[in-house]
Amino acid sequence: MEAVFAITLGVLAASGVYLLLRARIFPVVMGLTLISYAVNLFIFAMGRLGTGVPAVIGKSAEYGDPLPQALVLTAIVIGFAMTAFVVVLALRGMGELKTDHVDGEEPRA
Amino acid sequence: MSHAIILPILLPMFFGALLLVGHGWSREVKRGVSLIGCLALLPVCLYLVLLAGAGQLQVYALGNWVAPFGIMLLLDRFNAALLLLTSLLACFALIYACRGDDERGPNFHALFQFQLLGINGAFLTADLFNLFVFFEILLISSYALLLHGNRANQVKAGVHYVVLNLLGSSFFLIGVSLLYGLTGTLNMPDLAARVASADVADAPLIKAAAYLLLIVFGLKAAVLPLCFWLPRAYAAAPASVAALFAIMTKVGFYAIVRVFTLVFGEEAGPLANLGHELLWWMALPTIAFGVIGALGARQLQALLAYLVVVSVGTLMAGFAMGNVAALSAALYYMVHSTLISAALFLLAGLVVAQRDSAGGDLQQERVLRQPLVLGCMFFFASISVAGLPPFSGFLGKMLLLRAAEPGWQAWSLWPVILIGGLLTLVALSRAGTSLFWLGHGADASPSKAEPADRISLLAALGLLLASPLLLIAAAPIMAYLEAAAAQLLDLQPYLSIIAGGAA
Repeated sequence: MEAVFAITLGVLAASGVYLLLRARIFPVVMGLTLISYAVNLFIFAMGRLGTGVPAVIGKSAEYGDPLPQALVLTAIVIGFAMTAFVVVLALRGMGELKTDHVDGEEPRA
Repeated sequence: MSHAIILPILLPMFFGALLLVGHGWSREVKRGVSLIGCLALLPVCLYLVLLAGAGQLQVYALGNWVAPFGIMLLLDRFNAALLLLTSLLACFALIYACRGDDERGPNFHALFQFQLLGINGAFLTADLFNLFVFFEILLISSYALLLHGNRANQVKAGVHYVVLNLLGSSFFLIGVSLLYGLTGTLNMPDLAARVASADVADAPLIKAAAYLLLIVFGLKAAVLPLCFWLPRAYAAAPASVAALFAIMTKVGFYAIVRVFTLVFGEEAGPLANLGHELLWWMALPTIAFGVIGALGARQLQALLAYLVVVSVGTLMAGFAMGNVAALSAALYYMVHSTLISAALFLLAGLVVAQRDSAGGDLQQERVLRQPLVLGCMFFFASISVAGLPPFSGFLGKMLLLRAAEPGWQAWSLWPVILIGGLLTLVALSRAGTSLFWLGHGADASPSKAEPADRISLLAALGLLLASPLLLIAAAPIMAYLEAAAAQLLDLQPYLSIIAGGAA
């Protein structure tokens, strides 16, 4: 399971970085979203991966760590708000600057 | 456990929420409520400075949960001083904003209060994840404040700022969760103890997490390879917002000092003083970069933004030297540079308002409406920021230079700071000549702009007066800051919090 998990995270993060470097606002937003998915999964994994371990003490011999789940929830909420802000800002930029390049102007050829 | 410790977080939160509820109130009422909120912070922060001045660490356990399990707030001399500095700066910036900047868009005052909430929270918390949350609060309000007014150049600068900081937040989360996965705690004093006794096999991973945190805090503080966002963003912000942003780079500096003295400081075993040498070699080029940028700047606000970068480099150099004398000198310089760069941003706002078409561009134009008043203020602020006597910048730089150990440290620091100061002076005097002096063939009739608003002028002057006051009161202030630096570097009291020592 660890290998699959690690490869998934790697692919997500790599695609995110690639899209981020495209320097057009839509791919950049997509890239940021993919990176934040990877980060959220990473936080989750830091509570150790395992199946059949409830996050309640006393229900079974082993118990899962509930804290990373709380952290990941906070991170998701904040990441969602921030992404929404970038989208609004991007729309504003399109209207104001007439370009979707992150520098606010077309690069010189 | 004094409940006053949480007030710097609760007060702006309350007033910010109140202002959101009352977004339909008239302009005057909103200004009044916001000003009351800011002024109420001053006595609270003053009390906290006195409380921390007694020397004992103050711990506030939220919800009365015992230290490593609940989130706690930690107050020592260092962050008490920063809180007071923030509330002072906020009062002046808000007074200035109330004379017009707040009319450029809705909800300025609520955003201002939430910005203060984020800054104060970041200073007070002793929990890494909580620090992340407060960083996000201060960032999202800073995005909105930066874009306040919605001009094209603000949107342009805003995209870089927002995207970079979002990426920074991802790094922050990776670093924090890595530390949690390895040590099982996020409480800073607890983390310090666990890092010190960590397994040798885990050391490389902990080191990676530490460097990730360093990247994030370096991005906030604007250290060299991570500072290219700053000049554009600060130059585009409205004057009062740029003045408040003068404290934002210091939040990054604070986080670096807190984490890299407490968690990765003297006691961290094989990871002791992890970031110091790297920071030293980042700090000196940062100063050089800032100075070169200031020399090349074609716009007044951009020039001032580069001076913020110079001050960040100077602070980092003071921290990286790692002894009490250098750290206390850096703290003194931090107080000075925050207040003076804020004063310069306010002043730039006043100057630009009196130029017809050139705005902040550094080129000849008609004479300002009030060249004498603004020119004199600019002159004194420039002297102070460049570090010439008889102002506080001189004292701060001198203390820092004296704290450098003879040998390679002094050999690398002295030329950078001294030549940097000289070139800063060149850049500022060049800007001053084109702003205030009349060139050949220029139109000698003064600009028809309105004379500067008296209250805005007083706000800028008040911040400017901080410089001579800092010099006059240098003895008690330095005594306090030296004690603060000594407290930061003496880790035993922090480590004993978890064992039940303080509070």
